[in-house]
Amino acid sequence: MSANVDTQSIGDVQASTRENTALDAKELLLSVDNVTLTFGGVKAISDISFNILKGEIRAIIGPNGAGKTSMLNVINGFYHPQKGRISYRGKTRKRMKPYQAASSGIARTFQNVALFSGMSTLDNIMSGRSLKMKRGLFWQMLNVGPARREEIEHREYVEQIIDFLEIAHIRKQPVGKLPYGLQKRVELGRAMAMEPELLLLDEPMAGMNLEEKEDMSRFILDLNSEFGTTIALIEHDMGVVMDLADRVVVLDYGQKIADGTPMEVQSNQNVIDAYLGVAH
Amino acid sequence: MNKPVDEKLDLGSQTQALPSVPHYLLRNAEWFRDDTAMRHKDLGIWREWSWSELLVEIRRFSLGLVQLGLQPGDKVAIIGNNRPKLYWTFAAVQAVGGVPVPVYADSVAEEMGYVLDHAGIRFAVCQDQEQIDKVLSLEDQLESLACLIYDEERGLRGYDEERVLAFDFVQKLGDQAVERDVSAVANWCDSIDTIDTDALCVMLYTSGTTGRPKGVMLSHRNLIITSLNANRFDSLNDKEETIAYLPLAWVGDHVFSYGQSYTAGYCVCCPESPDTVTSDRREIAPSYFFAPPRVFENLLTSITVNMEDAGRVKRKMFNYFIKVANKHGEKILNRERVSPFGTLMYGMGKLFVYGPLKNRLGMSNVRVAYTAGEAIGPDIFRFYRSLGINLKQLYGQTEASVYITAQPDGQIDANTVGTPSLGVEIEIADNGEVMYRSPGVFLGYYKNDEATLSTKTQDGWVHTGDAGFIDDAGHLRIIDRSKDVGKLNNGGLFPPKYIENKLKFFSDIKEVVAFGDGRDYVAVFVNIDLTAVANWAERNNIVYGSYQELAAHPEVYDMVHNHVKKVNADLAAEPRVASTQIKRFLILHKELDADDGELTRTLKVRRSFIVERYGELIDALYSDKSEQFVSTTVTFEDGRSGVIEANVRIQDVDVVATDNPQVLA
Repeated sequence: MSANVDTQSIGDVQASTRENTALDAKELLLSVDNVTLTFGGVKAISDISFNILKGEIRAIIGPNGAGKTSMLNVINGFYHPQKGRISYRGKTRKRMKPYQAASSGIARTFQNVALFSGMSTLDNIMSGRSLKMKRGLFWQMLNVGPARREEIEHREYVEQIIDFLEIAHIRKQPVGKLPYGLQKRVELGRAMAMEPELLLLDEPMAGMNLEEKEDMSRFILDLNSEFGTTIALIEHDMGVVMDLADRVVVLDYGQKIADGTPMEVQSNQNVIDAYLGVAH
Repeated sequence: MNKPVDEKLDLGSQTQALPSVPHYLLRNAEWFRDDTAMRHKDLGIWREWSWSELLVEIRRFSLGLVQLGLQPGDKVAIIGNNRPKLYWTFAAVQAVGGVPVPVYADSVAEEMGYVLDHAGIRFAVCQDQEQIDKVLSLEDQLESLACLIYDEERGLRGYDEERVLAFDFVQKLGDQAVERDVSAVANWCDSIDTIDTDALCVMLYTSGTTGRPKGVMLSHRNLIITSLNANRFDSLNDKEETIAYLPLAWVGDHVFSYGQSYTAGYCVCCPESPDTVTSDRREIAPSYFFAPPRVFENLLTSITVNMEDAGRVKRKMFNYFIKVANKHGEKILNRERVSPFGTLMYGMGKLFVYGPLKNRLGMSNVRVAYTAGEAIGPDIFRFYRSLGINLKQLYGQTEASVYITAQPDGQIDANTVGTPSLGVEIEIADNGEVMYRSPGVFLGYYKNDEATLSTKTQDGWVHTGDAGFIDDAGHLRIIDRSKDVGKLNNGGLFPPKYIENKLKFFSDIKEVVAFGDGRDYVAVFVNIDLTAVANWAERNNIVYGSYQELAAHPEVYDMVHNHVKKVNADLAAEPRVASTQIKRFLILHKELDADDGELTRTLKVRRSFIVERYGELIDALYSDKSEQFVSTTVTFEDGRSGVIEANVRIQDVDVVATDNPQVLA
């Protein structure tokens, strides 16, 4: 993607990313090699390797405590693995802070909604643009000239997200008052505002009813196809995972037990055992 | 047949009727050039088009359609919410001799299929992927369908690019045509001049209260003369602003947001989305406003709910000044004499309560507001009028291009629908049915001569199907659908709607269906209003998990029971209907829904369908059972279906004894 993406409309961005995905459909975006993460004596993740290809929807599934969220935290630099390597866009990185991950194009949402509950939907999503804002605090406070122009550009992008997620009717409402399903959508909006290349979704559909899940699934698919965003998601609802994901990696007790298309994973004996339990 | 100024109507020298709606587009682009013709809130900002810009946009699209092979007489379906591009399509299609056919956007594929097939559409202009998908799913039935055009691109990549085209792309095709041959623009204007004023202008399908929808054919003359008359009646001019939010396929929206807008030259504003209408209305503050009673009811409910949440001082102030408004408001609006003290208090109320409240409702600038489609509760009606909003009732039909009667300013009665509109003659047939003749009378039903003949007489009189009478002041009063008025076994008159409306005027009750024709007594189905009752439940610590659970709650039953008792007392006081008091009622386990075919798309009850569907519940109402098991198939929005099962409780109600059980047939 070009650097001055702010000023482009979403349509242009779509066009350019679509070309990219068409050209190098199999390009590696992120690879995790032999990563091990321990907390004291507890091995949260042991020796896991997998990769994420550009433009795909990658699901990470597994029973409770399998290490899924830890895996996401490793990817976006919140935890530092004791062993192993993570390469993003071909570059291997050593230690990374979450904000560095963010500025390199990795955004995420959280398992339990982490929004600024007193702020409006609009302001919450605008906060996702802060990394893209170039003018300093001084200019922002004056709110004139270049700072004002910049604000307008960002607002325009945010409005396109609001339109995309169909949340125009709650634009000015404080998010703390919104129902849970909508809060999740606002959170997705905030992550989208960063124009991420890789979007990590931690249980985007937890606690939703069927209709909300359907809506969210549609947004994730559209986001993937229209914006070309690569998505890695953790989800418990098997139906959702099977419908959405291009490839699935299955974790259990910090180990990778399967990796492949939804069909392959579904018929894998290890996976069935992990989910249903084995008779001893 | 050009320039048909009907002398009898005396349209005034300045309003010479032009032959067709596209003529008005050309005129407005000249007269009102840079005045705003249309607004649309998009990405949070109101965007505007002046009349001259509107002309260009419409011409581009129109020429593009011709490039795609649109022939005169072709039918073009318009499916979606109130968006500028869909409104432009009307004029664009008419300019080249095509016929627009707006379709209810929320109909499920099957319903839509019937209309699209019956109309024989060649093009479909759709709002978005959802509508495109629906039309594509019906493709097999639609032989004449040539091409689909969409407004919003999202999700439509990868569709057949030969047949599914973007609105902008079609406009570019139009541009290319002009580039190739500059005279295309002049030819386009010429083609407008060849439009016959009595030719088919638009086809609007009735919502189908009984049976299949019928395609009502209106001519340019119908639409134009009616619109001009309506503008004159309320002295509407090019300075008005309206907000377009009612279904495109509904004749009311077609006349208010298209016919009257083009003839008067006023501005139509399209909301951002159906969910944002209330806040968008507040920003626009329309001067001319139309809403079915349901909208006014919902607004009042939300006012009441919000006031209950307000602080004590505010609440007291609100209650006090609403009382003041009740006492003096209507008189002041009707310019009657009010004591100086009353005027003073009302002025204070305006400052503290009515003004801010009207601003909240987006009604600060309303000069004329109409309600129609259904009867409105007298209390609700008076409430808005007492705030100083000039709310009036009108009575209309698709077949009449809306206007049959309307209330003139200052002659308002909650129970009547007003005097005949300009150019309309009214007669009451021997059987009590209201009949009318007007310049707005439709050409006929499309491909249904039988129905046309039974509705419209040779000399142009139309049967409304409504029973009514003209009162001493010359105002029309509608009693009911004449077909629905029945008789109880004891000989008493049974007007179902009359009884239903009395109950519906309680804010907790959303819908009622009354039974009694050929029965011993009257019994009703009740649908509670979820917003109002949920709020009440919250305040009274009543726990519920679903609509079904709330509907079956004993305290909800008690509440409805009280309402029914009040209605019975009301009915007992009127000798004509004293025998129609309600003996038994039940609260339905599900909301009546248009997706299940229980309501029409304009949300009117389809009585015969309900009788069929809930036969066992009706039988139970006329037995001595106190409970009935029922299992109902429901259709979800995406077209899938499921089953709801419930034990519905039936409640007996005491009937008020009347000293004089007079029976009037």
